[in-house]
Amino acid sequence: MSNVSKILMLLAALSLSLLFFFPMWKIYLEAPQYPEGLEMHIWVNKLGGNTEYTLQNFNILNHYIGMEKIKADSFAELKYMPYIVYFLIGSGIIIAFLNSRKLVLTWLIAVIIGGTAGLIDFYMWLVKFGTNLDPMAPIKVPGMTYIPPFLGSKQLLNFKALSLPDIGGLSIGIAILLAAIAVYIEFFYRKKTRSATDKLQTA
Amino acid sequence: MDPRSTFKKLLPAAAFVAALAVMPGLQSCSKTDNKAAGGSSSSALSSDAASAVYVAPGKHDEYYSFLSGGFSGQVAVYGLPSGRLLKVIPVFSQNPENGYGYNENTKPMLNTSFGFVPWDDLHHPKLSRANETTDGRWLFVNGNNTPRIARIDLKTFETVEIVEIPNSAGNHCSPYPTNNNEYVVAGTRFSVPVTAEGKLQDISLKEYKDKFRGTISFLKVDKDHGDMNLDFQIMVPGFDYDLANGGKGPSSDWIFFTSYNTEKAGTLKEVGASQNDKDYLLCVNWKLAAKYAAEGKAREIPANYAHNKMNHETNQATSTMKKTVRILLPEECPDMLYLVPVPKSPHGVDVDPSGENIVISGKLASVIPVHSFSKMQTAIKNKDYIGDINGIPVLKYESVLRAEVKEPGLGPLHTEFDGKGNAYSSMFVSSEVVKWSLKDFKVKDRIPVYYSIGHLLIPGGDTKDPSSKYLLAMNKITKDRYLPTGPELAQAGQLIDISGEKMKMLLDFPLIGEPHYAQAIAAEKIAPNSAKMYKLDANKNQYATRKEGDTKVVKNGNRIDVYMTAIRSHLTPDNIEGIEVGNEVYFHVTNLEQDWDVPHGFAVMGAQNAELLIMPGATNTFKWVPTKTGVFPFYCTDFCSALHQEMQGYARVSAKGSNVPIAFSTGEKRKAPSQP
Repeated sequence: MSNVSKILMLLAALSLSLLFFFPMWKIYLEAPQYPEGLEMHIWVNKLGGNTEYTLQNFNILNHYIGMEKIKADSFAELKYMPYIVYFLIGSGIIIAFLNSRKLVLTWLIAVIIGGTAGLIDFYMWLVKFGTNLDPMAPIKVPGMTYIPPFLGSKQLLNFKALSLPDIGGLSIGIAILLAAIAVYIEFFYRKKTRSATDKLQTA
Repeated sequence: MDPRSTFKKLLPAAAFVAALAVMPGLQSCSKTDNKAAGGSSSSALSSDAASAVYVAPGKHDEYYSFLSGGFSGQVAVYGLPSGRLLKVIPVFSQNPENGYGYNENTKPMLNTSFGFVPWDDLHHPKLSRANETTDGRWLFVNGNNTPRIARIDLKTFETVEIVEIPNSAGNHCSPYPTNNNEYVVAGTRFSVPVTAEGKLQDISLKEYKDKFRGTISFLKVDKDHGDMNLDFQIMVPGFDYDLANGGKGPSSDWIFFTSYNTEKAGTLKEVGASQNDKDYLLCVNWKLAAKYAAEGKAREIPANYAHNKMNHETNQATSTMKKTVRILLPEECPDMLYLVPVPKSPHGVDVDPSGENIVISGKLASVIPVHSFSKMQTAIKNKDYIGDINGIPVLKYESVLRAEVKEPGLGPLHTEFDGKGNAYSSMFVSSEVVKWSLKDFKVKDRIPVYYSIGHLLIPGGDTKDPSSKYLLAMNKITKDRYLPTGPELAQAGQLIDISGEKMKMLLDFPLIGEPHYAQAIAAEKIAPNSAKMYKLDANKNQYATRKEGDTKVVKNGNRIDVYMTAIRSHLTPDNIEGIEVGNEVYFHVTNLEQDWDVPHGFAVMGAQNAELLIMPGATNTFKWVPTKTGVFPFYCTDFCSALHQEMQGYARVSAKGSNVPIAFSTGEKRKAPSQP
């Protein structure tokens, strides 16, 4: 494996550690009476917001439409996801020092599967919270559901919701991109150059 | 020789009458001048005046101004230049709007040695200082009637401390800070027969001249937390001490008090206190006084005064009675006090930004004398005295005088300064602001105000760093200025542009109560520190309920404690039974919100009390003694949310001895109605 690929692999593994420093996803809410805005932050291991009270305030606002309380305890993912990430970082670092392009490919596939599973899981939660409403809710709008946008913005009653990946989430993409370049170099680019040198040598 | 008799001969009272006769002529001349300059009447207002004070919707003012509410016992906070009312802060008066002085948390703030005193006459706000300029941390204010000094915390805009001043009456020349906030001082306006042993005597009023004394009190201010502590008092002759101001720069060690009734008249002071042509400026070397006090020259005498503090962690005020005070007697403390003659019945004493010029505004005087601090020091060194009163040397007027501002107008009351070497004096009788120069002491401009101005303010105009932009005139009489509101009319603030050669009237707005004095400060010194809420986690109130699961109702004899929570949009518990007529019911309501601008209110039908207004994260206690049986609704009084109207509950009150068990609940779990 070339040094460039090794460095790319190392960076890919390390970039995942950003998940512990930045949220994966942010949901921004804007409403006339919230000029300062409300931001819910979804981390790999916790839920938070732009202030320490954001979650409580999200829940106070949501209880009028009968949305279930959002709390970290409801999400088993927040407990086991960090271990998956630890494993990916650890294995990625080891692979960077091993001379196996197959392992690089395996790691890349694992990260893609993990990332996609995470996105699907996130979407399912959004649907669940947005549709599983208490029939006793004070505010009931016939036919209305409150699924926050998965990506991009959406008007939900008086709130304009905007959902975007944050640095933590983007780091998964960066890891995939870097590992994919390493795979490309090892499986396609180097193969071509190698066969070219082979030809040259035979000639 | 008695200096007072000399002054009587020098300037007979008739001189003032003569001045009155002459001045109107001068006034009419100057008014014509002003019309030409475009600043004297509303019709002459140029259109740019509107844009100069226009603060667009959603934009903030450049300055906070804090205006005393006078007999409202409150402080009003206005934004400048817009003149928009931002807040009314209750200090010495109960405030039904938010329960201040009514709820159990704040009642101790209004405790005094006379008992609960729910009102006062609040005269002078003064901002705390650091590095010789305003720092935006606290505002000190005085209660004139029942001598008190209060401190307002400018993080929360709440009154956090009130100290009663013993051995005083008419706490008027108060609360003046020294240049770096080492002390806040308070003086007596109505001298009383207090003895050196701290006893207020029951004696014949005819003994005024011999037995009545005043005191000057020094409250030490904690540098970090602002807590006040009455360090010592100085016993002074029985004059009426009117206003004060600390020196600055070279005069930083001194504080100056104007006095009147140096005649010591005990009745019809209107006449009796206006006989001497000169009264006195009392000059106090506070550094030396503090040194004397520290060296043990102060004797401890019995006293009885309240010291009330609000603890923000518990949101609970406590009142402590202090039993002694330390007092200094001038005869035992040489070089500490000096008297300087000034034209009779002076009001304001104001030290210019350099600390050298001391301006005395004598409301019955025909000139504004400017005394010189350096000349005063020379006179003291040369012992250039013309006598003494109670052992306090009296300096010679001419030896201390730097200049007299001639023909300033009628009834000069108070002076502040800009940053360009000009002084601005308010003229109560001739209803105008007069601008004069500290260089040649000549009048440069005058502008009429409507009507009868008392004090004026320039942001920082009493510090070494004054603004040169705005002046606010505070007028006692408004008559035809606004739409009539029956016999009782508002007083007025008038904002004047002082950035140019000529003053320009910009804005006229009604004020609450009576604004005696005011302070203004750049908004950026306060706004970034303004608290948004209290942290529920840091709430140390003994009755705090941090979650709904912990709410309860506890009966103990005749006392019932309701541990209640409020959050959008319900009170927990909202059904309470087991209360009997005559029970003392305490509702301890904790606002569980941790969001900006979501207070909840609480009120009970028939309660002989005001409401509670509970800030997010705080706990307030409401006392209710039901007087009859029935079911009593209670509810949130602050429109908190779309379901605010639903934020209500019921308390059942049964007859005494009916033994209805205590029961409480909120929102029994019900099955959802089946869908058709």
